Amino acid sequence: MKKRTYHNPVGVSRYTGLLLVSPFIAGFLVFTLYPFITSFLLGLTDYDGIHQPEYIGLGNYRYMLEDDGIHSAVSATLVYMLILVPLKLIVSLLAAVVLNNRIKGIGVYRTLFYIPSILGSNLAIVIMWQFLFTSGGLVNQLISAAGLPDVSWYGSGIHSMMMIVLLRLWEFGSAMILFLNALRDIPCEYYEAARVDGCGGVRCFFRITLPLLRNVIFLNLVLQTISAMQEFNAPYMITGGGPMRSTYTIGMLIYNEMFRYHDAGYANAVSWLLFAIVTVTVLIIYRVTRRSREEYI
Amino acid sequence: MKKRIMLYMLLTAEAVIMIYPLIWLVGASFKSNDEIFTSLWFMPAHFDLSVYRKAWQTVTPYSMGHYFINTFKVILPKTLFTLVSSVLVAYGFARFDFPMKKGVFALFMGTMFMPGIVRVMPMYVMWSRTGFLDTYVPLTLPSLFAVEGAFVFMLLQFFRRVPKEFDEAARIDGCGTIGTLVYVLIPCLRPVLVSITVFTFLWTMNDFLEPLMMISSVEKYPLSLALRLSADSTGNGYEQNRIIAMSVIGLIPSVAVFAAAQRKLIGGITAGGLTG
Repeated sequence: MKKRTYHNPVGVSRYTGLLLVSPFIAGFLVFTLYPFITSFLLGLTDYDGIHQPEYIGLGNYRYMLEDDGIHSAVSATLVYMLILVPLKLIVSLLAAVVLNNRIKGIGVYRTLFYIPSILGSNLAIVIMWQFLFTSGGLVNQLISAAGLPDVSWYGSGIHSMMMIVLLRLWEFGSAMILFLNALRDIPCEYYEAARVDGCGGVRCFFRITLPLLRNVIFLNLVLQTISAMQEFNAPYMITGGGPMRSTYTIGMLIYNEMFRYHDAGYANAVSWLLFAIVTVTVLIIYRVTRRSREEYI
Repeated sequence: MKKRIMLYMLLTAEAVIMIYPLIWLVGASFKSNDEIFTSLWFMPAHFDLSVYRKAWQTVTPYSMGHYFINTFKVILPKTLFTLVSSVLVAYGFARFDFPMKKGVFALFMGTMFMPGIVRVMPMYVMWSRTGFLDTYVPLTLPSLFAVEGAFVFMLLQFFRRVPKEFDEAARIDGCGTIGTLVYVLIPCLRPVLVSITVFTFLWTMNDFLEPLMMISSVEKYPLSLALRLSADSTGNGYEQNRIIAMSVIGLIPSVAVFAAAQRKLIGGITAGGLTG
């Protein structure tokens, strides 16, 4: 066996570092690995949260194949993700590009743009959203002021979905901050050189800005996808999953199976399904973007 | 010049979209039901602060003050635990070499990208078996173990900027491993420690799913659950402005903390890669 040398300050044992990171290791075992394994095992049982779990093998997973509830939840979650994530990336990137101008008072705008995402999933914001979109709410007043027919936001599936997408889109600040920091690292000389060569603003954006941002675009894409797939608060509070389960996400299904229908076995099996979907999606993103990404993640 | 004016107009229009709903919310708290649903303008016809007195009492047996105190009972230990554990773990990764370091670090990065919702069900089962349901233990104790990977990651970026010569100088002057951290490194990390504190505060204020599962008695409800309870128990015919006023009160701490820290905050995230 090859003997490894440890580069530590003089007099420091090679176990000092291990001791320092031991809270993470302990936490990983207790709060990540243990729940993860338990979740898998419970997923193989019929369990109501009170009585002894009863082993039923892949019964829960077999049930998923015929359960319409899970089919509509998976498709609602995927639709939600496919609408929200691209929109959010585009909006936050454009906002970051505009905010990257060094003009007077830009700091104020940056703060204002960031506030909604700071308040984030605060329940007060969710309640506010309900009021904004009720039949006589601010949004419908604006729509009728523009001379358009009223929209029943709670009445149709697509509109309910849009209502939640708009809420999360409004909170684009955190993605924007990541873009803004990456933009700041691009040297001004690149743009100056491009301008000398007669490159316009739009072409500069596509030829210089976008390629240099590909890593942070990838990071944001992954982070936003993961968080979109777990959406729970907004549909739970605003639409209750309706109408006709159009906004009934996987997160809501897990919660309801566990606490409403007391089917902990199924809830845990669906948790694993969600984990699998997230992992596969992230791997797909990873593979698809590999060519256009600098290899660092 | 013309371009600059266009830019300001664009920015202002966008800022209005971002902020007007919040201003409207504050205005709506003073409005009658009729006025809420007929007027676009945020300014109410007349101000009557009595709605805030009613909102403070809430529709539950406890006042907003009670729920604020509950929330702070979670926030204070959580912030303290998070700061201590994240700094120690980041220090270990940033400054020391140890067996299996690569593996442990890979594990750490992996957990950062793990969807939290997969964990919550078994965690609930775990806490219910150990008898800690309906206490604040499930909401605070995990913070002792650096579970918020984003914070450790942010600290790592900052550790990297502090030259190792600082550590060496401290060692020559007789500081031990912990002494170096406390006297030399932590003072350099102050901006990021502020960010961690602020984010822990804001995220805990926003927390909904975990308290919803873990806390069952109204007496122990944090603010978010109290808001949900009030929103659910006020029907359509009810004075809507009361629940709106409750929401406004519920947002004040977050807005205040953000306003106080925003300059440092945006600087702190600059190095981080932290999202909300």
